[in-house]
Amino acid sequence: MSYVIKGETNDWEVVIGLEVHCQVISNAKLFSGAATDFGSEPNTQVSLVDAAMPGMLPVINEQCVRQAIKTGLGLKAKINAKSVFARKNYFYADLPQGYQISQADQPIVGEGTVILDMPDGSSRAVGIERLHLEQDAGKSLHDQDPTRTFIDLNRTGVALMEIVSKPDMRSPEEAGAYLRKLRSIVRYLETCDGNMDQGSMRCDVNVSVRPVGSTELRTRAETKNVNSVRFAMQAIEYEAQRQVEVYDNGGEVVQETRLFDSQKGVTRSMRSKEHAHDYRYFPDPDLLPLVFDDALVAEIKATLPELPDERKARYVGEFGLSPYDAGVLVAEKDTATYFEAVVAMEERGRDAKMAANWVINNLFAVLSDRGLSITESPISAADLGKLLDLIADDTISTKIAKEVFDLMLETGDAPDKIVEDKGLKQITDTGAIEAAVDAAIAAGPTQVAQYKGGNEKILGWFVGQVMKSTGGKANPGQVNKLLKDKLDN
Amino acid sequence: MADLTTFTLAEARDGLAKKDFSATELAEAYIKAVQAGRDLNAYITETPEVALERARESDDRRAKGSATGAMDGLPIAMKDLFCTEGVLTTAASHILDGFVPPYESTVSANLRSAGAVMLGKTNLDEFAMGSANITSYYGPVKNPWKAKSGANVGKDLAPGGSSGGSAAAVAAGLAMAATGTDTGGSIRQPASFCGITGLKPTYGRCSRWGVVAFASSLDQAGPMTKTVRDAAIMLGAMAGHDPKDSTSAPIAVPNFEAALTGDIRGLNVGIPKEYSMDGMDPEIQALWNKGQEWLKASGAKIKEISLPHTKYALATYYIVAPAEASANLARYDGVRYGLRVPGDSLDDMYMNTRGEGFGEEVQRRILIGTYVLSSGYYDAYYIKAQRVRSLIANDFKTAFKDVDVILTPTAPSAAFPLGEKQEDPVAMYLNDVFTVPTSLAGLPGISVPAGLSKDGLPLGLQLIGRAFDEETLLRVAAVMESAAAFPFHHGAED
Amino acid sequence: MSLDKDTVKNIAYLARIRVNDDKLEPLAGELSTIMGWIEQLQELNTDGVEPMASVAAMDLPQRRDVVTDGNCRDAVLKNAPDAEDGFFAVPKVVE
Repeated sequence: MSYVIKGETNDWEVVIGLEVHCQVISNAKLFSGAATDFGSEPNTQVSLVDAAMPGMLPVINEQCVRQAIKTGLGLKAKINAKSVFARKNYFYADLPQGYQISQADQPIVGEGTVILDMPDGSSRAVGIERLHLEQDAGKSLHDQDPTRTFIDLNRTGVALMEIVSKPDMRSPEEAGAYLRKLRSIVRYLETCDGNMDQGSMRCDVNVSVRPVGSTELRTRAETKNVNSVRFAMQAIEYEAQRQVEVYDNGGEVVQETRLFDSQKGVTRSMRSKEHAHDYRYFPDPDLLPLVFDDALVAEIKATLPELPDERKARYVGEFGLSPYDAGVLVAEKDTATYFEAVVAMEERGRDAKMAANWVINNLFAVLSDRGLSITESPISAADLGKLLDLIADDTISTKIAKEVFDLMLETGDAPDKIVEDKGLKQITDTGAIEAAVDAAIAAGPTQVAQYKGGNEKILGWFVGQVMKSTGGKANPGQVNKLLKDKLDN
Repeated sequence: MADLTTFTLAEARDGLAKKDFSATELAEAYIKAVQAGRDLNAYITETPEVALERARESDDRRAKGSATGAMDGLPIAMKDLFCTEGVLTTAASHILDGFVPPYESTVSANLRSAGAVMLGKTNLDEFAMGSANITSYYGPVKNPWKAKSGANVGKDLAPGGSSGGSAAAVAAGLAMAATGTDTGGSIRQPASFCGITGLKPTYGRCSRWGVVAFASSLDQAGPMTKTVRDAAIMLGAMAGHDPKDSTSAPIAVPNFEAALTGDIRGLNVGIPKEYSMDGMDPEIQALWNKGQEWLKASGAKIKEISLPHTKYALATYYIVAPAEASANLARYDGVRYGLRVPGDSLDDMYMNTRGEGFGEEVQRRILIGTYVLSSGYYDAYYIKAQRVRSLIANDFKTAFKDVDVILTPTAPSAAFPLGEKQEDPVAMYLNDVFTVPTSLAGLPGISVPAGLSKDGLPLGLQLIGRAFDEETLLRVAAVMESAAAFPFHHGAED
Repeated sequence: MSLDKDTVKNIAYLARIRVNDDKLEPLAGELSTIMGWIEQLQELNTDGVEPMASVAAMDLPQRRDVVTDGNCRDAVLKNAPDAEDGFFAVPKVVE
């Protein structure tokens, strides 16, 4: 199931690497004591260090170090006990120091792995090259004034983790799955909130193409600052196609930086002069090498929550869920928490598969419609669990349960109260059902003839009649059995 | 009353305690001297109101019995590289026009807490880059010393650099003491040229927070004073761990003054053979020999040592320092403070501002620094230099197994005329040949005025100590100062 | 190591320093002199020597994750050549 682009003379495959910048969850910035909150008044979360006043110096925030180690562990990556901060030198108005403090050849985290959950239920491993800590830049506003750009340094100096993948992805879907998994992991770890639309997680997409079967790596182009999974996938699709066309026209792909225009769905070369960026990295002399011991890593490791992959494996193994369903439920920690609350072991234990079904197929639709997160669910996990109990002990049928579900949404009442109030209890009394079945048979001689004539599907008509006369409350299983018994004889 | 500007810090401290005079009287005397001495151009900004205010505060404290600061009431000058809150700070550069910091550097704040009275901001080579104080946007500083004979009679002489203004001010009685900074010799060399004491402490001893950065791994603040005792007193008030500076050593500040016991018996003094350079001025060699005699006479043992990589120190320095400077000076871009020269685009504005705002020497060093870090050259120059730096530091480490201090000349010559050595940039760099290795190794070094050249100009001798052993350094320096009996005076005449 | 005019022009751009065309040649000369003098380091064998990581012999100190700074917009904007509505203003950048 490979992604192939048909060129003029041959087939091409796409090689994708992703660099994702994740804003670290911390109270203060990476090298200064200013706050990191989103959306504050301009330049109110800026210390003199962030504003790069003369004589200012960086001091590293221990929490940012811990968050990076934690994320590295979540990526099953090598944690480097010694790493070095380097200055990446360039000029831009949102970069007051004239350099960004980043890490070059000695990053805090080395190689790791991310498992992709593909839509068809299969899994693929994608390599992580490294993770390093660096400063975020400020924000430029170009549309506030006709001749001037306005600069807000609030974001300057906020800690970023740059996570670089190996060029292991081969389709937009894989890239999408990678981004979703990465987002899921950092949200589980609470090291980044993964809000791509707020910009706390940003993606640079590196794309190159090559003839199918080739192992060489051709020139890649980088599309920067893509801020949604969908846009990333679109950008890859467009880029791959564009590059194939370049080769087909006898040209060469240029190594360059591009931007994704989400309105038009295309990538564009950045207009700024393409003087090759020479960042002149060198170790920051204001900072010593960052050094920590195994004890710290072990301490952080002990605080790791159950991560999505492990949780998914547990749901498949313990609860017998399909990998796909399990994957859906574990993607967000809050969803998994909700699901497990629904399933929470009581005397009899609830049916995990049924719970998964109801959460994924019924609850999600409601949340999506109303734009709610699962923590804002109008139906609590306890109440949903009670609803499942009512189905499991035959108090109501699945069909009635759907009605009750909708009533729960409407009224906010507990399911048992609703069943009681509306008299929705399933009729299981054999005598009552038999009476209704007899009545239905008696009322449909034509249909009886059709059934005896071989039309098995007409059974549905009888079921419908029985349900009508019992207000939908007859136990469907019993209805079917009785109908068949009587009609077959 | 005696001329109040002739006292040392120690003497004035006593005088204040005995109520022979007040801090306000001291300040007034110096303020007058500063005004009278403007011809030297030692000050960029005079702060007489600040001085009088702080002197008054000191007198008030003394009246209440709480004038306990190590520098209480003592009038000092501040090199204009230290950011001083509410007071213009220029780094002697056009590009910091009008910059008034809303913050105070840790070192100047420490001095203020210790009761010091600030007379003003002294002139320096622009961004501390230079060894003659001739690159300042505010014009060169004149050495208060003049040649009595020889080719340079009648010429204005350089005070040395980059802390030329501070050195000249102390030497001429325009400040009782002054702060300097030393990156490759910028405290020690001007101290030598102006006949005063200048101490560069161990890297990390004083905080760099709020000091306009030149080369981060080399810059150190230090005292420039009339005597070694004064340097001890002032260093005590300047030094201390600063959590805002990641390179500040978490090490206690000892009582440096208490280290001046006068007893150096049994100490080993190293004489590095590589510092005897070809074509060395015989006067300097002779003074160096005399220095050894003085110390021997006081009970120290003289040992020849080897610092084999000495000759590579200057080239190493002139790769590392400009590289760091090229990044440290990138923030001067006309966006947030200082000069802005307009441009049609952001890039234009940067190019115009920095092209006009930086002087030639600063531009040269930024370009060298940018070049040696650039792609393709990083390994050959910057990494290479950092390796050589390790070797140089190691030389000292090895030497200090056998000796307790090292004695060398401070500078290869006495003060030269302003305007000389300006065609060849390298010629100016050679002024730092004896001081640079110490900076590269991060060790403490002190220059003590040891004698006069045949033309009557000051010559200094340098002592280098182990890391964080300023105490031994000061102890030996004080003994040497005693033996040298340098005719300290301010102004040109005896 | 000899630097030519074009190299100097490139470096000057990297450093965002405007150097007038008539100054390029003499500057190239000065820089070449300096670089030539620096070249002497190449004669030294430094195989196996670690580049100096830091002069300060200590570990990187870390601060606690507490907000201790910021909220000083006036101080931050005080020296700005052009500021408006709480922002720094620069010539418009076209991306």
